[in-house]
Amino acid sequence: MKILVAVKRVIDYNVQIRVKEDGSGVVTDNVKMSTNPPDDNAIEEAVKIKEAGKAKEIVAITIGEEKAQETVRKALAVGADRGIHVKVDNVIEPLAVSKILKKIVEKENPDLVFMGKQAIDDDCNQTGQMLAALLNWPQATFASKIEVKDNALEVTREIDEGLETIEVNVPAIVTCDLRLNEPRYASLPNIMKAKKKPIEQINASDLGVDINPRIEQIKVEEPPKRKAGIKVASVEELVQKLKNEAKVI
Amino acid sequence: MSVLLIAEHNNKEVRPFTYNAITAASQINDDLHVLVLGHQADDVAKSLSEVPNVKKVIHVDNEIYENYIAENYTSAIIKHAENYSHIVSSANTFGKNLMPRIAALLDTSQVSDIIKVISEDTFLRPIYAGNAFATVKSNDKKKCVTIRPTSFDPADKSGGSAEITKSDPAEVSSSTKFLKKEEVKSDRPELGTARIVISGGRGMQNGENFKLISDIADKLNAAIGASRAAVDAGYITNDHQVGQTGKVVVPDLYIAVGISGAIQHLAGMKESKVIVAINKDGEAPIFSVADYGLEADLFEALPQFLSELNKLNTIQK
Repeated sequence: MKILVAVKRVIDYNVQIRVKEDGSGVVTDNVKMSTNPPDDNAIEEAVKIKEAGKAKEIVAITIGEEKAQETVRKALAVGADRGIHVKVDNVIEPLAVSKILKKIVEKENPDLVFMGKQAIDDDCNQTGQMLAALLNWPQATFASKIEVKDNALEVTREIDEGLETIEVNVPAIVTCDLRLNEPRYASLPNIMKAKKKPIEQINASDLGVDINPRIEQIKVEEPPKRKAGIKVASVEELVQKLKNEAKVI
Repeated sequence: MSVLLIAEHNNKEVRPFTYNAITAASQINDDLHVLVLGHQADDVAKSLSEVPNVKKVIHVDNEIYENYIAENYTSAIIKHAENYSHIVSSANTFGKNLMPRIAALLDTSQVSDIIKVISEDTFLRPIYAGNAFATVKSNDKKKCVTIRPTSFDPADKSGGSAEITKSDPAEVSSSTKFLKKEEVKSDRPELGTARIVISGGRGMQNGENFKLISDIADKLNAAIGASRAAVDAGYITNDHQVGQTGKVVVPDLYIAVGISGAIQHLAGMKESKVIVAINKDGEAPIFSVADYGLEADLFEALPQFLSELNKLNTIQK
Protein backbone atom coordinates (compact mmCIF):
# COMPACT_ATOMS: atom_id res chain seq x y z
CA MET A 1 0.00 0.00 0.00
CA LYS A 2 1.01 3.57 -0.61
CA ILE A 3 0.02 6.32 1.80
CA LEU A 4 -0.08 10.02 1.00
CA VAL A 5 0.02 12.21 4.10
CA ALA A 6 -0.90 15.90 3.90
CA VAL A 7 0.73 18.25 6.40
CA LYS A 8 0.22 21.97 6.97
CA ARG A 9 2.56 24.59 8.38
CA VAL A 10 0.77 26.69 11.01
CA ILE A 11 1.62 29.05 13.85
CA ASP A 12 2.91 26.92 16.74
CA TYR A 13 0.21 26.03 19.24
CA ASN A 14 2.14 27.69 22.06
CA VAL A 15 2.33 31.10 20.41
CA GLN A 16 0.09 33.91 21.62
CA ILE A 17 -1.86 35.01 18.56
CA ARG A 18 -1.72 38.73 17.80
CA VAL A 19 -4.26 40.39 15.54
CA LYS A 20 -2.90 42.94 13.07
CA GLU A 21 -3.91 46.48 13.83
CA ASP A 22 -5.43 47.01 10.39
CA GLY A 23 -7.72 44.01 10.90
CA SER A 24 -6.33 42.19 7.87
CA GLY A 25 -5.32 39.04 9.73
CA VAL A 26 -2.97 37.81 12.42
CA VAL A 27 0.74 38.56 12.76
CA THR A 28 2.85 35.79 11.21
CA ASP A 29 6.19 37.58 10.78
CA ASN A 30 8.90 36.32 13.15
CA VAL A 31 6.44 33.92 14.74
CA LYS A 32 7.37 30.31 15.48
CA MET A 33 5.77 27.94 12.99
CA SER A 34 5.26 24.18 13.34
CA THR A 35 3.43 21.28 11.79
CA ASN A 36 -0.28 21.35 12.55
CA PRO A 37 -0.54 19.02 15.60
CA PRO A 38 -3.01 16.40 14.30
CA ASP A 39 -0.97 16.21 11.06
CA ASP A 40 1.84 14.83 13.23
CA ASN A 41 -0.58 12.08 14.29
CA ALA A 42 -1.31 11.41 10.61
CA ILE A 43 2.39 10.97 9.79
CA GLU A 44 2.94 8.83 12.88
CA GLU A 45 0.10 6.50 11.94
CA ALA A 46 1.40 6.10 8.39
CA VAL A 47 4.88 5.27 9.72
CA LYS A 48 3.43 2.72 12.15
CA ILE A 49 1.50 1.03 9.33
CA LYS A 50 4.67 0.89 7.26
CA GLU A 51 6.67 -0.49 10.18
CA ALA A 52 4.02 -3.20 10.55
CA GLY A 53 4.78 -4.21 6.97
CA LYS A 54 1.40 -3.10 5.66
CA ALA A 55 2.56 -0.12 3.60
CA LYS A 56 5.42 0.16 1.14
CA GLU A 57 5.76 3.89 0.68
CA ILE A 58 4.81 7.09 2.49
CA VAL A 59 4.70 10.35 0.58
CA ALA A 60 4.36 13.58 2.56
CA ILE A 61 2.79 16.58 0.85
CA THR A 62 2.35 20.17 1.83
CA ILE A 63 0.83 23.15 0.06
CA GLY A 64 2.13 26.58 0.89
CA GLU A 65 4.88 29.12 0.56
CA GLU A 66 8.58 28.22 0.25
CA LYS A 67 9.07 27.65 3.98
CA ALA A 68 6.21 25.16 4.14
CA GLN A 69 8.84 22.66 2.99
CA GLU A 70 10.00 22.49 6.63
CA THR A 71 6.89 20.49 7.51
CA VAL A 72 7.64 17.99 4.74
CA ARG A 73 11.25 17.77 5.90
CA LYS A 74 10.03 17.00 9.42
CA ALA A 75 7.72 14.29 8.07
CA LEU A 76 10.70 12.81 6.19
CA ALA A 77 12.69 12.82 9.45
CA VAL A 78 10.09 10.69 11.24
CA GLY A 79 9.71 8.17 8.46
CA ALA A 80 8.12 9.45 5.24
CA ASP A 81 10.05 8.30 2.16
CA ARG A 82 9.74 11.33 -0.08
CA GLY A 83 8.04 14.66 -0.23
CA ILE A 84 5.99 16.92 -2.47
CA HIS A 85 5.73 20.66 -2.04
CA VAL A 86 3.01 22.44 -4.00
CA LYS A 87 3.89 26.10 -4.05
CA VAL A 88 1.23 28.76 -3.58
CA ASP A 89 1.88 32.38 -2.69
CA ASN A 90 -1.29 33.19 -0.80
CA VAL A 91 -3.40 31.48 1.80
CA ILE A 92 -5.90 29.27 0.01
CA GLU A 93 -9.21 27.82 1.15
CA PRO A 94 -9.80 24.14 1.96
CA LEU A 95 -11.83 23.72 -1.25
CA ALA A 96 -8.78 24.85 -3.26
CA VAL A 97 -6.48 22.65 -1.18
CA SER A 98 -8.66 19.63 -1.84
CA LYS A 99 -8.68 20.37 -5.60
CA ILE A 100 -4.87 20.47 -5.58
CA LEU A 101 -4.69 17.27 -3.54
CA LYS A 102 -7.05 15.58 -5.99
CA LYS A 103 -4.62 16.33 -8.83
CA ILE A 104 -1.75 14.92 -6.80
CA VAL A 105 -3.75 11.81 -5.89
CA GLU A 106 -4.52 11.22 -9.56
CA LYS A 107 -0.80 11.40 -10.31
CA GLU A 108 0.50 9.42 -7.32
CA ASN A 109 -2.30 6.85 -7.02
CA PRO A 110 -2.05 6.29 -3.26
CA ASP A 111 -4.28 3.74 -1.55
CA LEU A 112 -4.81 5.95 1.46
CA VAL A 113 -4.65 9.66 2.17
CA PHE A 114 -4.11 10.70 5.80
CA MET A 115 -4.22 14.17 7.30
CA GLY A 116 -5.09 15.89 10.58
CA LYS A 117 -8.78 16.39 11.28
CA GLN A 118 -8.45 20.16 11.48
CA ALA A 119 -5.81 22.87 11.13
CA ILE A 120 -5.35 24.99 14.23
CA ASP A 121 -5.09 28.24 12.26
CA ASP A 122 -8.32 28.54 10.24
CA ASP A 123 -10.08 25.78 12.26
CA CYS A 124 -12.08 24.82 9.16
CA ASN A 125 -12.13 21.02 9.47
CA GLN A 126 -13.00 20.57 5.78
CA THR A 127 -10.12 19.39 3.60
CA GLY A 128 -10.27 15.61 4.14
CA GLN A 129 -14.01 15.41 3.64
CA MET A 130 -13.84 17.64 0.55
CA LEU A 131 -11.07 15.56 -1.00
CA ALA A 132 -13.08 12.40 -0.30
CA ALA A 133 -16.09 13.96 -2.06
CA LEU A 134 -14.09 15.11 -5.10
CA LEU A 135 -12.49 11.66 -5.50
CA ASN A 136 -15.75 9.87 -4.62
CA TRP A 137 -13.80 7.91 -1.99
CA PRO A 138 -15.09 6.92 1.44
CA GLN A 139 -14.09 9.09 4.38
CA ALA A 140 -13.22 8.17 7.96
CA THR A 141 -12.95 11.37 9.94
CA PHE A 142 -11.69 12.07 13.48
CA ALA A 143 -9.97 8.66 13.66
CA SER A 144 -8.73 7.50 17.05
CA LYS A 145 -7.93 3.92 15.97
CA ILE A 146 -7.11 2.41 12.59
CA GLU A 147 -6.93 -1.29 11.81
CA VAL A 148 -5.66 -2.27 8.39
CA LYS A 149 -7.53 -5.19 6.81
CA ASP A 150 -7.48 -6.67 3.32
CA ASN A 151 -8.46 -3.79 1.06
CA ALA A 152 -10.29 -2.07 3.87
CA LEU A 153 -9.75 -0.14 7.08
CA GLU A 154 -11.64 -0.50 10.30
CA VAL A 155 -11.65 2.96 11.81
CA THR A 156 -12.85 4.04 15.23
CA ARG A 157 -14.06 7.62 15.15
CA GLU A 158 -14.37 10.18 17.92
CA ILE A 159 -17.95 11.46 17.95
CA ASP A 160 -19.92 13.55 20.43
CA GLU A 161 -21.70 10.54 21.91
CA GLY A 162 -18.53 8.45 22.29
CA LEU A 163 -16.96 6.22 19.66
CA GLU A 164 -18.19 4.95 16.33
CA THR A 165 -16.54 2.20 14.30
CA ILE A 166 -16.90 2.05 10.54
CA GLU A 167 -15.30 0.03 7.80
CA VAL A 168 -14.18 1.84 4.67
CA ASN A 169 -12.95 0.20 1.49
CA VAL A 170 -9.55 1.22 0.15
CA PRO A 171 -8.87 3.70 -1.40
CA ALA A 172 -10.00 5.97 1.42
CA ILE A 173 -9.36 9.26 3.19
CA VAL A 174 -8.70 9.28 6.92
CA THR A 175 -8.56 12.42 9.07
CA CYS A 176 -6.73 11.91 12.33
CA ASP A 177 -7.62 12.85 15.87
CA LEU A 178 -5.05 13.61 18.58
CA ARG A 179 -6.01 10.39 20.36
CA LEU A 180 -4.86 8.22 17.46
CA ASN A 181 -1.28 7.84 18.65
CA GLU A 182 1.69 9.53 20.28
CA PRO A 183 3.82 11.20 17.59
CA ARG A 184 7.52 10.35 17.89
CA TYR A 185 10.36 12.82 17.88
CA ALA A 186 12.85 12.65 15.05
CA SER A 187 16.29 11.42 16.08
CA LEU A 188 19.32 13.42 15.01
CA PRO A 189 20.58 10.73 12.58
CA ASN A 190 17.11 10.59 11.01
CA ILE A 191 17.01 14.38 10.69
CA MET A 192 20.36 14.16 8.84
CA LYS A 193 19.08 11.34 6.62
CA ALA A 194 15.90 13.30 5.87
CA LYS A 195 18.00 16.05 4.31
CA LYS A 196 18.92 13.64 1.53
CA LYS A 197 15.38 12.50 0.83
CA PRO A 198 13.84 14.06 -2.30
CA ILE A 199 11.17 16.78 -2.22
CA GLU A 200 9.49 17.42 -5.55
CA GLN A 201 8.39 21.00 -6.11
CA ILE A 202 5.28 21.76 -8.12
CA ASN A 203 3.74 25.16 -8.83
CA ALA A 204 0.04 25.18 -8.02
CA SER A 205 -0.51 27.29 -11.15
CA ASP A 206 0.73 24.36 -13.27
CA LEU A 207 -1.99 22.06 -11.97
CA GLY A 208 -4.84 23.80 -13.76
CA VAL A 209 -7.22 24.10 -10.85
CA ASP A 210 -9.19 27.12 -9.70
CA ILE A 211 -7.75 28.17 -6.36
CA ASN A 212 -9.20 31.67 -6.23
CA PRO A 213 -10.85 32.58 -2.93
CA ARG A 214 -14.62 32.35 -2.66
CA ILE A 215 -14.74 33.80 0.80
CA GLU A 216 -13.87 37.40 1.47
CA GLN A 217 -12.23 38.03 4.80
CA ILE A 218 -13.73 41.38 5.77
CA LYS A 219 -11.90 41.82 9.03
CA VAL A 220 -10.10 39.97 11.77
CA GLU A 221 -10.43 41.30 15.29
CA GLU A 222 -9.56 40.36 18.82
CA PRO A 223 -12.28 38.58 20.72
CA PRO A 224 -13.99 40.66 23.39
CA LYS A 225 -11.77 40.90 26.48
CA ARG A 226 -12.93 39.47 29.77
CA LYS A 227 -13.28 42.02 32.47
CA ALA A 228 -10.86 41.58 35.33
CA GLY A 229 -12.02 39.32 38.11
CA ILE A 230 -11.30 39.33 41.79
CA LYS A 231 -9.16 37.27 44.13
CA VAL A 232 -10.99 35.58 46.96
CA ALA A 233 -9.32 34.97 50.31
CA SER A 234 -10.72 31.57 51.17
CA VAL A 235 -12.55 28.53 49.84
CA GLU A 236 -15.55 29.54 51.91
CA GLU A 237 -15.69 32.95 50.24
CA LEU A 238 -15.30 31.31 46.83
CA VAL A 239 -18.26 29.00 47.38
CA GLN A 240 -20.40 31.87 48.70
CA LYS A 241 -19.55 34.00 45.64
CA LEU A 242 -20.34 31.16 43.26
CA LYS A 243 -23.65 30.56 44.96
CA ASN A 244 -24.87 34.06 45.74
CA GLU A 245 -23.13 36.36 43.25
CA ALA A 246 -22.47 34.27 40.13
CA LYS A 247 -25.36 31.90 40.90
CA VAL A 248 -23.72 29.02 39.09
CA ILE A 249 -23.89 26.39 41.83
CA MET B 1 -34.03 32.11 -0.74
CA SER B 2 -34.70 29.21 1.54
CA VAL B 3 -32.50 27.49 4.07
CA LEU B 4 -32.18 23.72 4.37
CA LEU B 5 -31.07 22.45 7.76
CA ILE B 6 -29.88 18.88 8.18
CA ALA B 7 -31.29 17.41 11.38
CA GLU B 8 -29.21 15.32 13.74
CA HIS B 9 -31.16 12.64 15.57
CA ASN B 10 -31.07 8.99 16.69
CA ASN B 11 -34.26 7.98 14.82
CA LYS B 12 -36.28 8.47 17.99
CA GLU B 13 -35.30 11.89 19.26
CA VAL B 14 -33.85 15.07 17.85
CA ARG B 15 -30.29 15.59 19.13
CA PRO B 16 -30.26 18.83 21.17
CA PHE B 17 -27.79 20.83 19.07
CA THR B 18 -30.23 20.72 16.15
CA TYR B 19 -32.41 23.21 18.06
CA ASN B 20 -29.49 25.63 18.47
CA ALA B 21 -28.74 25.29 14.75
CA ILE B 22 -32.43 26.04 13.97
CA THR B 23 -32.11 29.38 15.78
CA ALA B 24 -29.08 30.38 13.71
CA ALA B 25 -30.56 29.06 10.46
CA SER B 26 -33.75 31.05 10.87
CA GLN B 27 -31.65 34.19 11.38
CA ILE B 28 -30.17 33.62 7.90
CA ASN B 29 -33.64 33.39 6.38
CA ASP B 30 -36.96 32.61 7.96
CA ASP B 31 -38.03 30.23 5.22
CA LEU B 32 -36.37 27.35 7.02
CA HIS B 33 -36.87 23.75 5.93
CA VAL B 34 -35.49 20.77 7.83
CA LEU B 35 -34.35 17.54 6.21
CA VAL B 36 -34.73 14.37 8.29
CA LEU B 37 -32.85 11.36 6.93
CA GLY B 38 -33.55 8.33 9.07
CA HIS B 39 -35.16 4.97 9.52
CA GLN B 40 -38.52 4.79 11.30
CA ALA B 41 -37.88 8.33 12.41
CA ASP B 42 -41.48 9.58 12.27
CA ASP B 43 -41.23 10.90 15.81
CA VAL B 44 -38.21 12.98 14.83
CA ALA B 45 -40.02 14.49 11.84
CA LYS B 46 -43.06 15.19 14.01
CA SER B 47 -41.03 16.87 16.76
CA LEU B 48 -39.32 19.12 14.23
CA SER B 49 -42.64 20.03 12.58
CA GLU B 50 -43.73 21.44 15.95
CA VAL B 51 -40.80 23.87 16.13
CA PRO B 52 -42.32 27.30 15.34
CA ASN B 53 -39.24 28.41 13.35
CA VAL B 54 -39.51 25.47 10.98
CA LYS B 55 -41.66 26.05 7.85
CA LYS B 56 -41.40 22.60 6.31
CA VAL B 57 -40.02 19.18 7.16
CA ILE B 58 -38.76 16.86 4.43
CA HIS B 59 -38.67 13.31 5.69
CA VAL B 60 -36.77 10.57 3.89
CA ASP B 61 -37.30 7.24 5.60
CA ASN B 62 -35.20 4.29 4.57
CA GLU B 63 -33.12 1.64 6.27
CA ILE B 64 -29.97 2.99 4.59
CA TYR B 65 -30.29 6.02 6.89
CA GLU B 66 -30.61 4.02 10.10
CA ASN B 67 -27.01 4.83 10.89
CA TYR B 68 -25.43 8.08 10.01
CA ILE B 69 -23.02 7.56 7.11
CA ALA B 70 -21.80 10.82 5.55
CA GLU B 71 -21.59 9.30 2.06
CA ASN B 72 -25.26 8.24 2.11
CA TYR B 73 -26.46 11.44 3.70
CA THR B 74 -24.58 13.51 1.13
CA SER B 75 -26.19 11.94 -1.92
CA ALA B 76 -29.64 12.52 -0.41
CA ILE B 77 -28.90 16.13 0.49
CA ILE B 78 -27.44 16.92 -2.95
CA LYS B 79 -30.78 15.78 -4.46
CA HIS B 80 -32.58 18.53 -2.55
CA ALA B 81 -29.88 21.20 -2.67
CA GLU B 82 -30.98 22.96 -5.86
CA ASN B 83 -34.05 24.43 -4.14
CA TYR B 84 -32.03 26.16 -1.46
CA SER B 85 -29.68 29.10 -1.10
CA HIS B 86 -28.11 27.76 2.10
CA ILE B 87 -27.40 24.27 3.45
CA VAL B 88 -26.69 24.36 7.18
CA SER B 89 -26.02 22.05 10.11
CA SER B 90 -24.57 22.18 13.58
CA ALA B 91 -20.77 22.32 13.85
CA ASN B 92 -20.40 19.29 16.09
CA THR B 93 -18.93 15.98 14.97
CA PHE B 94 -22.14 15.33 13.00
CA GLY B 95 -22.02 18.47 10.88
CA LYS B 96 -18.24 18.70 10.70
CA ASN B 97 -18.10 15.25 9.16
CA LEU B 98 -20.94 15.86 6.73
CA MET B 99 -20.99 19.44 5.46
CA PRO B 100 -17.61 19.62 3.65
CA ARG B 101 -18.56 16.57 1.60
CA ILE B 102 -21.72 18.38 0.46
CA ALA B 103 -19.91 21.67 -0.10
CA ALA B 104 -17.22 20.13 -2.30
CA LEU B 105 -19.83 18.51 -4.56
CA LEU B 106 -21.64 21.84 -4.85
CA ASP B 107 -18.29 23.54 -5.54
CA THR B 108 -18.86 25.78 -2.56
CA SER B 109 -16.28 27.05 -0.09
CA GLN B 110 -17.82 26.20 3.27
CA VAL B 111 -18.08 28.66 6.16
CA SER B 112 -17.36 26.60 9.28
CA ASP B 113 -18.43 27.05 12.86
CA ILE B 114 -20.14 30.44 12.77
CA ILE B 115 -20.91 32.19 16.06
CA LYS B 116 -23.01 35.04 14.62
CA VAL B 117 -25.16 35.68 11.57
CA ILE B 118 -24.44 39.19 10.29
CA SER B 119 -26.40 38.89 7.05
CA GLU B 120 -27.42 36.15 4.67
CA ASP B 121 -23.88 35.99 3.26
CA THR B 122 -21.73 37.39 6.09
CA PHE B 123 -20.85 35.61 9.29
CA LEU B 124 -18.61 35.87 12.33
CA ARG B 125 -16.44 32.88 13.10
CA PRO B 126 -13.61 32.18 15.52
CA ILE B 127 -10.17 31.29 14.16
CA TYR B 128 -7.05 30.22 16.03
CA ALA B 129 -9.25 28.46 18.60
CA GLY B 130 -11.09 31.67 19.41
CA ASN B 131 -7.98 33.83 19.77
CA ALA B 132 -9.27 35.92 16.88
CA PHE B 133 -12.67 36.48 15.31
CA ALA B 134 -13.01 36.73 11.54
CA THR B 135 -15.88 38.40 9.72
CA VAL B 136 -16.26 36.56 6.43
CA LYS B 137 -18.47 37.02 3.39
CA SER B 138 -19.26 34.04 1.20
CA ASN B 139 -19.37 34.86 -2.50
CA ASP B 140 -20.55 31.42 -3.55
CA LYS B 141 -24.01 31.22 -5.08
CA LYS B 142 -25.01 28.41 -2.77
CA LYS B 143 -23.71 28.60 0.76
CA CYS B 144 -22.75 25.79 3.08
CA VAL B 145 -22.57 26.84 6.71
CA THR B 146 -22.00 25.04 10.00
CA ILE B 147 -23.13 26.59 13.25
CA ARG B 148 -21.38 26.52 16.62
CA PRO B 149 -24.29 25.31 18.77
CA THR B 150 -23.17 26.88 22.04
CA SER B 151 -23.29 30.36 20.48
CA PHE B 152 -27.04 30.23 19.81
CA ASP B 153 -29.93 29.56 22.17
CA PRO B 154 -32.03 26.50 21.37
CA ALA B 155 -35.24 27.24 19.42
CA ASP B 156 -38.65 26.83 21.01
CA LYS B 157 -39.81 23.27 20.59
CA SER B 158 -43.57 23.57 20.49
CA GLY B 159 -46.39 25.61 19.02
CA GLY B 160 -45.62 25.14 15.33
CA SER B 161 -47.26 22.87 12.79
CA ALA B 162 -45.10 22.68 9.71
CA GLU B 163 -46.05 20.45 6.81
CA ILE B 164 -44.17 17.13 6.62
CA THR B 165 -43.45 15.90 3.10
CA LYS B 166 -42.03 12.49 2.30
CA SER B 167 -39.25 12.08 -0.19
CA ASP B 168 -37.39 9.18 -1.81
CA PRO B 169 -33.96 7.95 -0.78
CA ALA B 170 -30.89 8.53 -2.92
CA GLU B 171 -28.21 6.03 -3.88
CA VAL B 172 -26.35 4.12 -1.20
CA SER B 173 -22.57 3.91 -0.89
CA SER B 174 -21.13 0.41 -0.92
CA SER B 175 -17.70 1.47 0.26
CA THR B 176 -18.55 2.51 3.83
CA LYS B 177 -20.12 0.19 6.40
CA PHE B 178 -21.33 1.08 9.87
CA LEU B 179 -20.03 -1.45 12.40
CA LYS B 180 -20.88 -0.17 15.87
CA LYS B 181 -21.39 2.79 18.13
CA GLU B 182 -20.15 2.83 21.72
CA GLU B 183 -21.84 5.58 23.63
CA VAL B 184 -19.91 6.72 26.66
CA LYS B 185 -21.85 5.31 29.58
CA SER B 186 -20.74 7.83 32.10
CA ASP B 187 -22.84 9.35 34.83
CA ARG B 188 -21.02 12.55 34.05
CA PRO B 189 -22.11 14.95 31.33
CA GLU B 190 -20.14 15.26 28.07
CA LEU B 191 -17.20 17.64 28.27
CA GLY B 192 -18.42 19.59 25.24
CA THR B 193 -21.92 20.26 26.58
CA ALA B 194 -21.54 20.17 30.37
CA ARG B 195 -22.91 23.09 32.37
CA ILE B 196 -19.96 22.85 34.77
CA VAL B 197 -16.42 21.73 33.95
CA ILE B 198 -13.64 21.19 36.47
CA SER B 199 -10.15 20.74 35.03
CA GLY B 200 -6.80 19.75 36.48
CA GLY B 201 -3.34 20.69 35.30
CA ARG B 202 0.25 19.81 35.99
CA GLY B 203 -0.25 21.01 39.55
CA MET B 204 -2.20 17.81 40.24
CA GLN B 205 1.21 16.05 40.31
CA ASN B 206 -0.11 12.60 39.38
CA GLY B 207 -3.12 10.69 38.10
CA GLU B 208 -4.28 9.47 41.51
CA ASN B 209 -4.71 13.05 42.69
CA PHE B 210 -7.39 13.55 40.02
CA LYS B 211 -9.64 11.79 42.56
CA LEU B 212 -9.81 15.19 44.29
CA ILE B 213 -11.23 16.60 41.04
CA SER B 214 -13.61 13.72 40.35
CA ASP B 215 -15.09 13.91 43.85
CA ILE B 216 -16.04 17.53 43.19
CA ALA B 217 -17.22 16.69 39.67
CA ASP B 218 -19.56 14.07 41.14
CA LYS B 219 -20.90 16.61 43.59
CA LEU B 220 -21.49 19.31 40.97
CA ASN B 221 -22.53 16.95 38.15
CA ALA B 222 -19.59 18.40 36.23
CA ALA B 223 -17.47 17.09 33.39
CA ILE B 224 -13.75 16.60 34.00
CA GLY B 225 -11.22 18.44 31.88
CA ALA B 226 -7.45 18.67 31.84
CA SER B 227 -4.68 20.83 30.46
CA ARG B 228 -2.37 19.54 27.78
CA ALA B 229 0.42 19.45 30.39
CA ALA B 230 -1.59 17.03 32.54
CA VAL B 231 -2.39 14.89 29.52
CA ASP B 232 1.20 14.88 28.28
CA ALA B 233 2.37 13.92 31.77
CA GLY B 234 0.03 10.92 31.61
CA TYR B 235 -2.20 11.94 34.53
CA ILE B 236 -5.35 11.56 32.44
CA THR B 237 -6.37 10.45 28.94
CA ASN B 238 -6.43 13.03 26.19
CA ASP B 239 -10.17 12.85 25.60
CA HIS B 240 -10.29 15.17 28.62
CA GLN B 241 -8.00 17.75 27.06
CA VAL B 242 -9.35 21.28 26.94
CA GLY B 243 -7.55 23.71 24.67
CA GLN B 244 -6.62 24.58 21.15
CA THR B 245 -5.65 21.02 20.27
CA GLY B 246 -8.29 19.46 22.51
CA LYS B 247 -11.89 20.46 23.09
CA VAL B 248 -13.26 23.97 23.19
CA VAL B 249 -15.74 24.28 26.06
CA VAL B 250 -18.18 27.05 26.97
CA PRO B 251 -19.75 26.00 30.27
CA ASP B 252 -21.57 28.24 32.75
CA LEU B 253 -18.81 27.49 35.27
CA TYR B 254 -15.23 26.47 34.54
CA ILE B 255 -12.97 25.60 37.45
CA ALA B 256 -9.25 25.44 36.62
CA VAL B 257 -7.21 23.69 39.28
CA GLY B 258 -3.42 23.67 39.21
CA ILE B 259 -3.47 25.02 35.67
CA SER B 260 -1.05 27.86 34.93
CA GLY B 261 -3.02 29.01 31.90
CA ALA B 262 -0.88 28.35 28.83
CA ILE B 263 -2.17 30.13 25.73
CA GLN B 264 -3.35 26.93 24.19
CA HIS B 265 -5.40 26.04 27.27
CA LEU B 266 -6.96 29.51 27.54
CA ALA B 267 -8.06 29.18 23.91
CA GLY B 268 -10.24 26.24 24.88
CA MET B 269 -12.06 27.70 27.86
CA LYS B 270 -11.93 31.48 28.05
CA GLU B 271 -15.42 31.93 26.61
CA SER B 272 -16.86 30.17 29.68
CA LYS B 273 -19.42 32.30 31.50
CA VAL B 274 -17.77 32.13 34.94
CA ILE B 275 -14.17 31.07 35.43
CA VAL B 276 -12.61 30.03 38.73
CA ALA B 277 -8.85 29.54 39.10
CA ILE B 278 -7.24 27.74 42.01
CA ASN B 279 -3.46 27.96 41.89
CA LYS B 280 -0.71 28.49 44.42
CA ASP B 281 1.23 30.73 42.02
CA GLY B 282 -0.43 34.12 42.31
CA GLU B 283 1.27 35.26 39.11
CA ALA B 284 -0.09 32.41 36.98
CA PRO B 285 -1.67 33.71 33.72
CA ILE B 286 -4.87 31.80 34.47
CA PHE B 287 -5.76 34.52 36.99
CA SER B 288 -5.96 37.06 34.17
CA VAL B 289 -9.07 35.36 32.78
CA ALA B 290 -10.57 34.21 36.08
CA ASP B 291 -13.66 35.87 37.56
CA TYR B 292 -12.75 34.37 40.91
CA GLY B 293 -9.16 33.53 41.73
CA LEU B 294 -8.06 31.61 44.79
CA GLU B 295 -4.36 31.63 45.51
CA ALA B 296 -3.98 28.44 47.50
CA ASP B 297 -2.45 24.98 47.63
CA LEU B 298 -4.91 22.83 45.75
CA PHE B 299 -4.32 19.86 48.06
CA GLU B 300 -5.77 21.91 50.88
CA ALA B 301 -8.30 23.87 48.84
CA LEU B 302 -10.00 20.97 47.02
CA PRO B 303 -11.01 18.97 50.13
CA GLN B 304 -12.26 22.22 51.69
CA PHE B 305 -14.14 23.05 48.51
CA LEU B 306 -15.84 19.66 48.63
CA SER B 307 -16.83 20.04 52.27
CA GLU B 308 -18.22 23.55 51.61
CA LEU B 309 -20.23 22.15 48.70
CA ASN B 310 -21.54 19.40 50.94
CA LYS B 311 -22.87 22.10 53.24
CA LEU B 312 -24.94 23.59 50.42
CA ASN B 313 -28.25 21.96 49.70
CA THR B 314 -28.97 23.50 46.33
CA ILE B 315 -26.72 21.44 44.12
CA GLN B 316 -28.42 20.80 40.81
CA LYS B 317 -28.37 17.35 39.41
